Amino acid sequence: MKIVITIVGQDRVGIIAMVSNILAEKNVNILNINQNIVDGFFNMVMIADMTASKISLKDLQQLLRGKGEEINLDIKVQHEDIFQIMHRI
Amino acid sequence: MLTIQDIQETNRMIAENKLDVRTITMGISLRDCAHPNIKQFCQNVYDKITRSAEYLVQTGEDIEAEYGIPIINKRISITPVAIAAESCRTDSYVPVAEALDAAAKEVGVNFIGGFSALVEKGYTNGDKILINSIPQALATTERVCSSVNLGSTKAGINMDCVREMGEIIKRTAELTRDRDALGCAKLVVFANVPEDNPFMAGAFHGVGEPEKVINVGVSGPGVVKRALEDMKGADFGAVAETIKKTAFKITRVGQLVAQEASRRLGVPFGIIDLSLAPTPAVGDSVAHILEEMGLESCGAPGTTAALALLNDAVKKGGLMASSHVGGLSGAFIPVSEDAGMIAAVECGSLTLEKLEAMTCVCSVGLDMIAVPGDTTAATISAIIADEAAIGMINNKTTAVRIIPVPGKKVGDTVEFGGLLGYSPILKVNKFSSEAFIARGGRIPAPVRSLTN
Repeated sequence: MKIVITIVGQDRVGIIAMVSNILAEKNVNILNINQNIVDGFFNMVMIADMTASKISLKDLQQLLRGKGEEINLDIKVQHEDIFQIMHRI
Repeated sequence: MLTIQDIQETNRMIAENKLDVRTITMGISLRDCAHPNIKQFCQNVYDKITRSAEYLVQTGEDIEAEYGIPIINKRISITPVAIAAESCRTDSYVPVAEALDAAAKEVGVNFIGGFSALVEKGYTNGDKILINSIPQALATTERVCSSVNLGSTKAGINMDCVREMGEIIKRTAELTRDRDALGCAKLVVFANVPEDNPFMAGAFHGVGEPEKVINVGVSGPGVVKRALEDMKGADFGAVAETIKKTAFKITRVGQLVAQEASRRLGVPFGIIDLSLAPTPAVGDSVAHILEEMGLESCGAPGTTAALALLNDAVKKGGLMASSHVGGLSGAFIPVSEDAGMIAAVECGSLTLEKLEAMTCVCSVGLDMIAVPGDTTAATISAIIADEAAIGMINNKTTAVRIIPVPGKKVGDTVEFGGLLGYSPILKVNKFSSEAFIARGGRIPAPVRSLTN
């Protein structure tokens, strides 16, 4: 199953490292990263594959949300299908 | 591969423009619950509903979390009670409404629809008992919704029932006067009612429907409004194209949610209702879409044309996005549930008569209209007759959900709370329709050719 991770918040050192570390630990494979900084705001969209992972989507959502809140980041994890169905026929 | 723009667009629709799935409604047949003893019947109904919908709310919440799309309501529609309860030896179906209310609370749905009767051509004994039970049923329950279909293009209009429903609405208002006649907000009178509509208060599980079914109602007026903001000054062809594309995207989300809900619950998928359903929240208004097209205020000349374009474009865009479309499908114009409509009534640009004209081209009818408490039963009946006539002649669904609020007059405001919103009291034509409504009988079905 592919997932989309969206991260928004104040920029700081180590955001990508933190998220990718968690994903690696949970055996979630990153497929694509798109990141930029606009007016000091960090904006990232990541597409990843969690087929080989043992963690459930719900638990991953909770884990990343919690870690994000600790450093004032909004981290959202969604099933990729909602984007596919809206933008691809 | 998805682009970052696609992902950001979807998330902006959800976060900023209030895109949501308005309801997942599970239809449940109660035809196998029939029993001569009403107590046993109520038990059968309660058991069947709580067993069938045990995981409905949880499933909705799971889908909401996984895809990040809000699913506002989880609801149930049932076989019209006038049919399911007809073999009970009783003179009141109020205990059935109470059993439905208890079942709805047990499974955690906020509304259950189907305290209904279909009487466009005449009454059965069950229909009579049901209609007489409506005021008490709506006063003593919290989550039960009621509807009556009293006209159709094929059968004409049952004017005896039109007369009776004026009185029933007045009595319902009286019995719930301590809650500003809230009972009337849970009661809809229809012509050409669809039997697979997932939206309340008019949802029920029609007789041609399967044992159980999942119907989904989408929404998203804010998304359409936002898309039109980029089309300032563009001609109507471009406006219609933009609405179609937006409706397509909105409906695809509904289709995904419906498929998932159907798969996880093991219940067949019925239809997507392609509707623009407003809420009183800022940025979730159908009136504001019409105003975005260039009207100073909803209700101004041009409003009917704007609504016609909107309604048609929503259907055209949505149809390709879903495998099965049904229900009401179109733009809703409930006054108290739409911030733009409320403002338009308050500033004097939107009147009852203009709303009636708008119902000729929108998906439903006069919806959530609060009128003075001294509006007579005959006047309410006559308003219903006018709406039913529009539906009958134009081969479309029309409905009336009107609330004569006891003790309130024009200039006052009434607060229903939550999704039902609040509304200024609308002015009603003061001339009498008593003698017209007193006639009764049936208005014959119309001719279907020579349609000028």
